[in-house]
Amino acid sequence: LAHGGGGKAMKDLIDDVFVAAFDNPMLAPLDDSARMDLLDLAQYGDRLALTTDSFVVDPLVFPGGDIGKLAVCGTVNDLAVGGALPLYLSCAVIIEEGVSIDFLRQIARSMAATAQEAGVKIVTGDTKVVNKGACDQMFITTTGVGVVAAGVELGAHRARLGDALLVNGLLGDHGAAILGARGDMALQSPIESDCAPLQGLIASLLNAAPNTRFMRDPTRGGVATVLNEIAEAAQVAIEIDEAVTPLRDEVRGFCEILGLDPLYLANEGKIVAIVPSDEAEQALEAMRAHPLGRQAAIIGSVVAGEPGRVTMRTIFGGRRIVDMLVGEQLPRIC
Amino acid sequence: MSFAAVEPSQALEFRVRGRVQGVGFRPAVWRMARELGLAGEVLNDGEGVLLRVKGDPSRIAALLRRIERDPPPLAHVDGIERRYYSGHLPLDFRIAESIGGPACTQVTPDAALCGACAAELRNPDERRYRYPFTNCTHCGPRLSIVTAIPYDRATTTMAPFELCAACEAEYRNPIDRRFHAEAVACPSCGPTASVVALGQAEAPRAGGADAVEIAARRIARGEIIAVKGLGGYHLACDATNAETVARLRGLKRRDAKPFALMARDLAVIRRYCAIDAVEERALTSVEAPIVLLRAKGPEHLPEAVAPGLATLGFMLPTTPLHLLLIDQFEHPLVMTSGNISDEPAVIDDGEALAEIAAFALTHDRDIANRVDDSVVRVMAARSRVLRRARGYAPAPLRLPSGFEMAPDLLAMGGELKATFCLVKDGQAILSQHQGDLENAATLDDYKKNLALFRSLFDHAPTAIVVDRHPEYLSSKLGRAETDTRALPLIDVQHHHAHVAACFAENGRPLHAPPALGIVLDGLGFGDDGAIWGGEFLLANYLGYERLARLKPVAMPGGAQAVREPWRNLYAHLKAAGDFDATPSTFGDWRALEGKPLATIDGMIARGLNSPLASSCGRLFDAVAAALGVCADRQAYEGEAGARLEALAAAAPNEMRGYALRISEPALIDVDPAPMWRAIRDDLRQGVSAQTIARRFHLGLAQSITEVAVRLAAARRFETVALSGGCFQNRLLFESVYDGLCEAGFTVLTHADAPANDGGLSLGQAAVGAAHLMR
Ligand SMILES: [Fe+3]
Ligand SMILES: [Mg+2]
Ligand SMILES: [Zn+2]
Ligand SMILES: [Zn+2]
Repeated sequence: LAHGGGGKAMKDLIDDVFVAAFDNPMLAPLDDSARMDLLDLAQYGDRLALTTDSFVVDPLVFPGGDIGKLAVCGTVNDLAVGGALPLYLSCAVIIEEGVSIDFLRQIARSMAATAQEAGVKIVTGDTKVVNKGACDQMFITTTGVGVVAAGVELGAHRARLGDALLVNGLLGDHGAAILGARGDMALQSPIESDCAPLQGLIASLLNAAPNTRFMRDPTRGGVATVLNEIAEAAQVAIEIDEAVTPLRDEVRGFCEILGLDPLYLANEGKIVAIVPSDEAEQALEAMRAHPLGRQAAIIGSVVAGEPGRVTMRTIFGGRRIVDMLVGEQLPRIC
Repeated sequence: MSFAAVEPSQALEFRVRGRVQGVGFRPAVWRMARELGLAGEVLNDGEGVLLRVKGDPSRIAALLRRIERDPPPLAHVDGIERRYYSGHLPLDFRIAESIGGPACTQVTPDAALCGACAAELRNPDERRYRYPFTNCTHCGPRLSIVTAIPYDRATTTMAPFELCAACEAEYRNPIDRRFHAEAVACPSCGPTASVVALGQAEAPRAGGADAVEIAARRIARGEIIAVKGLGGYHLACDATNAETVARLRGLKRRDAKPFALMARDLAVIRRYCAIDAVEERALTSVEAPIVLLRAKGPEHLPEAVAPGLATLGFMLPTTPLHLLLIDQFEHPLVMTSGNISDEPAVIDDGEALAEIAAFALTHDRDIANRVDDSVVRVMAARSRVLRRARGYAPAPLRLPSGFEMAPDLLAMGGELKATFCLVKDGQAILSQHQGDLENAATLDDYKKNLALFRSLFDHAPTAIVVDRHPEYLSSKLGRAETDTRALPLIDVQHHHAHVAACFAENGRPLHAPPALGIVLDGLGFGDDGAIWGGEFLLANYLGYERLARLKPVAMPGGAQAVREPWRNLYAHLKAAGDFDATPSTFGDWRALEGKPLATIDGMIARGLNSPLASSCGRLFDAVAAALGVCADRQAYEGEAGARLEALAAAAPNEMRGYALRISEPALIDVDPAPMWRAIRDDLRQGVSAQTIARRFHLGLAQSITEVAVRLAAARRFETVALSGGCFQNRLLFESVYDGLCEAGFTVLTHADAPANDGGLSLGQAAVGAAHLMR
């Protein structure tokens, strides 16, 4: 791709790549707006949810996904954890000159496939080509619209003493996959990202545990960061149990070599849910019945203790502070 | 101190400052004055003790000499000021009422059983014969039982025990050894010892004097017993029983960290260790710490007591309960802190130890505050505190001249071996050792103690000082405090704080010219974002200039590289160049066999969790790994270095050390590359690990001295301060110390505050105060 060189023809070519891939009746001409029927939306609930996120990832293609899939899942999951049914996405792509049309096609197809899986339509978008060095190959911004069903009220402040803490599966896969894909890490077998749209899993969770307090997708900063955010927002203490925290052996081993704590690794197909204790078992069953929740686990609970503090009961029986990191994981040992 | 002759008719008033309250000071002065036939009075007030006397000037001078030379065991006189006194005085000598309401007695450290109480304990005619809670103003619990101020019985965990008439009489009698001893107790009114079964709903219980004997019998049979001590539980067992010691290791989930030992007397210890005069003084001091001794005696303890080490940590009995127990044994007992893994020692009902000990020798006096056993080591003929807790805290350290007007401030300390430090009235009050703050129970304790110290010392900080490390929990806590209280925050570079701590405890004045601080340490956050730990800082209290460092080497895996020394070996070999760590050369470096070196290469190349560190601790780890010592994993912080020192101690006295390369630029790099080639050659020639370890220590020490000499030639300093955790290593410390002394430097070293991060808060406090007074 050459920036500017192709003029309008080039611009059209690029737009066509995406329009062709996203093909759906509502898809607007890319420089126009999508129009949605209010009555149509109202059948799903009584509140609109709107979210936006920009996606930057190195490398663009990694085991288990690529930037396109990530851009759809990220926004779909942000809507879903808020209790919304995700319906429509927009997609804006910034492309560094030199990226091939074939590669663009690959990413566009990936986005389309993921959108289909997530039950959302990509209804509007934009593309820009910038000078070499002005961006790193490709940035994607997606915006999502969803609808929250009547009666669904989620918020961290609703967490209560004794509530259970659930995750829908093995933690840290995405972060480990990305690190493994970067440079020559000489891994035996690649670890795949868990990148997946979670609207279906979340719907069955809410169905099974209607009093679910709160959900969050533990992306950047991992479960440790999300738990700290929840503990802080709800002014409660949270304790998780190392022995039951689900981790893939490969991720555990990889983290041991790298010296990283998997609790801080990013996930792209996981939720942390806080559920009242009397609905915890149902919630767990509902998750485990879903293909994206087979290894779901109750990893901890809201406990009495200093508000805002997250601890982990270690396999040695001690309790370790799991803190919000200011920066990167840096050794604190002297 | 000399006092010029005055008219005999003129009365004098002496203001005595220091640790003179609550330690039997007034009764001691009363006895001395009576013996000298002097008239007058002695009393407490808000600032200390006032002594008013009249009589023969030479006798008054004699009284003052005796007060200074022979104060009661726990007293410490900082200074005496004299003035004329024109008020009324009695015709004999009396202890007068305190001025300013009840004496605002300061909380002093817990003190080991004194000789007089020990004698009572063993005398069948005494009413406290075999009573496990005997104490007086010269000994007994203080910090460990206090809950609030003012410090008197009602604000300690002795409050529930109402004094009997006999004890009350002693407590009220100014000339009694128990005058105002807040913890005074006897069999009819004080706490009771008992043996209880742990982990059972209906715990069988045996009380009274029998309890100690029951516990002793169980220990003799090879059982592990929890013992409720002064500032926390111990786990006790027969140290000569290898099977029991191994079982204790398993149950405590402590793989290798050495166990502390207790022995009845010095004679028992001498069967296992060499004790010199300084070590003997440390063992028998009122602080009664654990003393690290050279394990050189006619008899040996099982290897599992202190795996791979050439030292044993011994203490003498510190409480009457311990004395009664250990009196029954001809041999040492393991007396390790009562905890599992890295948890802080248990202080409540001992149930948490049920997995380890079936029975506890316990009692019904609560421990209000956890105070661990202190650890000292004698190096270069001085006793040096490595862990400062029981017996030492919260005794204030006087800050050097220039700091008299320092504002009240709070320094938060480090992350591991954390302590905090209050500055008040020109003094630094260093907390007892708290431990690793990442442990939730330890962090809770740290916060609790912080609140306690603030109330005990009536302290309201005007600023808070923290380490620059963004992730230290103590730093985060300090930052949060400054936000909520709108106080200024001062952050101090880790190794600058180490140097300042050494300056402060050696009385280096506030405005002294810069001196060279040599900090050989594990890891500290550096001002360039890298990790430091082998630093030569030309420093005063306000700032520093980094003149030299160990050459920075990657730490692949960050904290994991601390746990797994082979990583440091590999990174060091790579940094030294021309070391192909290919399978064909693994013969030289067995520790690297089977390790994921390609992944480590990738990490270093990508800078993935592989921070550069100029750390001396990591250099020790690397050399240890090269010799197959803890190569795969160290079980506790500093294990590799400690074992390497033990190896070197077993080597013949050899003079030649490995050379390190000292670069020439503005910032000198001390590069171990030539050392690695020499080690490889020695390994190939089959030179013993002991010799290699010794050559490493000596070479490192020689290079350090050489750097100091070169820097002094250019920068004209005469004083060098040594700090950092690596100076707990006796061979390294003494080699560097001797080298620097021979080169003509004045060498400042740690003794009262730990060289490790336990002393960090003191240095932070000094730097913080210097900035606030600028
Ligand atoms: Fe340090
Ligand atoms: Mg987002
Ligand atoms: Zn005594
Ligand atoms: Zn009594």
